[in-house]
Amino acid sequence: MSSPPIPTAGDEPAHLIAARNLHTWFELRQWGFLRVGAVHAVDGVDFALARGESVAFVGESGCGKSTLARTLLGLHRPTRGEVRFAGRSLGTLSGRQLKAYRAEVGYVQQDPYGALPPFLDVRRILAEPLIVHGVGARSERERRIRTALEEVRLSPADEYLGKFPHMLSGGQQQRVVIARALILAPRLVVADEPVSMLDASVRVEILELLRRIQQERELTLAFITHDLSTVRHYAERIFVMYAGRVVESAAVDDLLDHPQHPYTQALLAALADPDAANATRLREVPAGEPPSLLRPPAGCRFHPRCPHFMAGLCDRDDPPEFEPRSGHRSACWLHR
Amino acid sequence: MSETLLRVEELALHYRTRQGAVRAVDGISFDVERSEALVVLGESGCGKSTLAKTLMRVLPRNVGHRSGRIVLGDVEVSALPDERFRREVQWSRMALVMQASMNALNPVVRVGEQVAEPLRVLRGWSRRRALARAAEVFELVGVSTDFLARYPFELSGGMRQRVVLAMALIAEPELVILDEPTSALDVLTQASIMNALKRIKRELGTSFILITHDVATSSELADRVALMYAGQFVEVADAARFFAEPAHPYSQMLMASVPRLHQRLRPEPIPGQPPSLFDPPGGCRFAERCPHRFARCDREPPALPFGDRHRVRCWLHADDAQPGDDS
Repeated sequence: MSSPPIPTAGDEPAHLIAARNLHTWFELRQWGFLRVGAVHAVDGVDFALARGESVAFVGESGCGKSTLARTLLGLHRPTRGEVRFAGRSLGTLSGRQLKAYRAEVGYVQQDPYGALPPFLDVRRILAEPLIVHGVGARSERERRIRTALEEVRLSPADEYLGKFPHMLSGGQQQRVVIARALILAPRLVVADEPVSMLDASVRVEILELLRRIQQERELTLAFITHDLSTVRHYAERIFVMYAGRVVESAAVDDLLDHPQHPYTQALLAALADPDAANATRLREVPAGEPPSLLRPPAGCRFHPRCPHFMAGLCDRDDPPEFEPRSGHRSACWLHR
Repeated sequence: MSETLLRVEELALHYRTRQGAVRAVDGISFDVERSEALVVLGESGCGKSTLAKTLMRVLPRNVGHRSGRIVLGDVEVSALPDERFRREVQWSRMALVMQASMNALNPVVRVGEQVAEPLRVLRGWSRRRALARAAEVFELVGVSTDFLARYPFELSGGMRQRVVLAMALIAEPELVILDEPTSALDVLTQASIMNALKRIKRELGTSFILITHDVATSSELADRVALMYAGQFVEVADAARFFAEPAHPYSQMLMASVPRLHQRLRPEPIPGQPPSLFDPPGGCRFAERCPHRFARCDREPPALPFGDRHRVRCWLHADDAQPGDDS
């Protein structure tokens, strides 16, 4: 590879990627110049992901999870705070180093058809990142493309190399997207809702594939989803997001079996495993809708909808992260 | 008390395309009782939306072949000429909420007016009377009546979906067909809309056909479940039976592929892909992916009766089938 690898600062830290007090805001202007405020899409997020760890960020639409993903990928510049990769802050990287960083991170988009250029065949789609990053001769590229296709189980590779995206099924398209994300041998893969556009029977296949590759290559996998029921077998830790913040984080089983934050509890209560008895019972759903990220409520952002709302506290002071169970964090005054 | 509202017999609908006929709906029979909810479950491309459009007669121009009988109450609606069907059945007796229809609201008309419109067009009601009725339906679906005067862009996705539902309910149809009514919405919004549907079903006694690809959502409303595969129903059963012990191999594999929130069991993917609807295989359409395949599967299995109102299109159950039941 011609781009230099990202130099690591002194000794290698245990964490591959970390977010420190991360804020990503989008400024809103009227008539193109009058500043009317900012959308606080990511508004104070802290975490650190270890090498070879698979985590899920879960939340409803508009909670900032996709903005978080794109900030981690270096596609948005944080308004405040920083993203550190292998001990270096992304903000300090030069243009060339940032390009090298893009080879270290793979991105699996939500809509595979939209993510693949319609006029390029599979060979060319997979060659593109190799060419951009100046990888070897044509024969070397061809070899890597074939290996990548085999790895995502599109084999024999010859059958797929000449195909265009529209000739593939949704599941096959998503496999091509995954192959493209992996072809530069990244250390981190960010998958933004990788299966929400796919059919039930294909979903599990794609999730299994991602999980297997993550384990074989010891990748760090950050997997963004709105569906808590798909995460149990495919991630080790879960971060639950609400209105631009992480409200709860814990190991998968602990979080699903012992949710601590009222929002997580509400999410889990609204989900059902298939059962004929569901048809006869009403579910408990907190009233209202997630707040505007333009003017998020003071104090805890869930307080207007929370069944445990404590006046004078929840609507005034931002709850810090408590640790009600070992290794299980929840930002809620109930744990005070 | 159980009274059949809708009876569908051997319904078929094929589209004409340059590559040949697409057999989207290919020989489907079922019935729906009053105040019963039938869920049509199936993966994309199995023909489930075409089934809804065929029932409502809102089809594109390239229909190649249409056959079968649709009987609603005591009227054979499939025999009515288009104009009579539009005046007497569409929307007044049978309404459809199409996929993503919340995005099809007219952006420059207040939502109250849009919801009231069917009454003014179909029944000739005055604007004031129709709006008063719209206010009632808004409450039924859980939208504040303050929203009557709002425009669609002022409402969230969940609220717009409720408005569309109100529009379908306003003429008090006996049957409402919902095509993926909540699949574009968030978990909490989804749950509260399903709550509203359960309440409406109980209070008004409306019958529903809910079309979805999501197994977990399907169990939220289903009295009965029909599983669709490659243009056919492979199994129709009571919900209790279907979710606990499905009989068709595809049903069993689909249930095993669903990730569960509260179980540690690992979901199992279904290998292979559904067949093309251009030229579906001659025998059982699931045979290629089926672990139980045997010689008989080369011939097409009929919908075999298998207990009370339970039908399975699979030769495995040929010996358990009850003779004498028509099929």
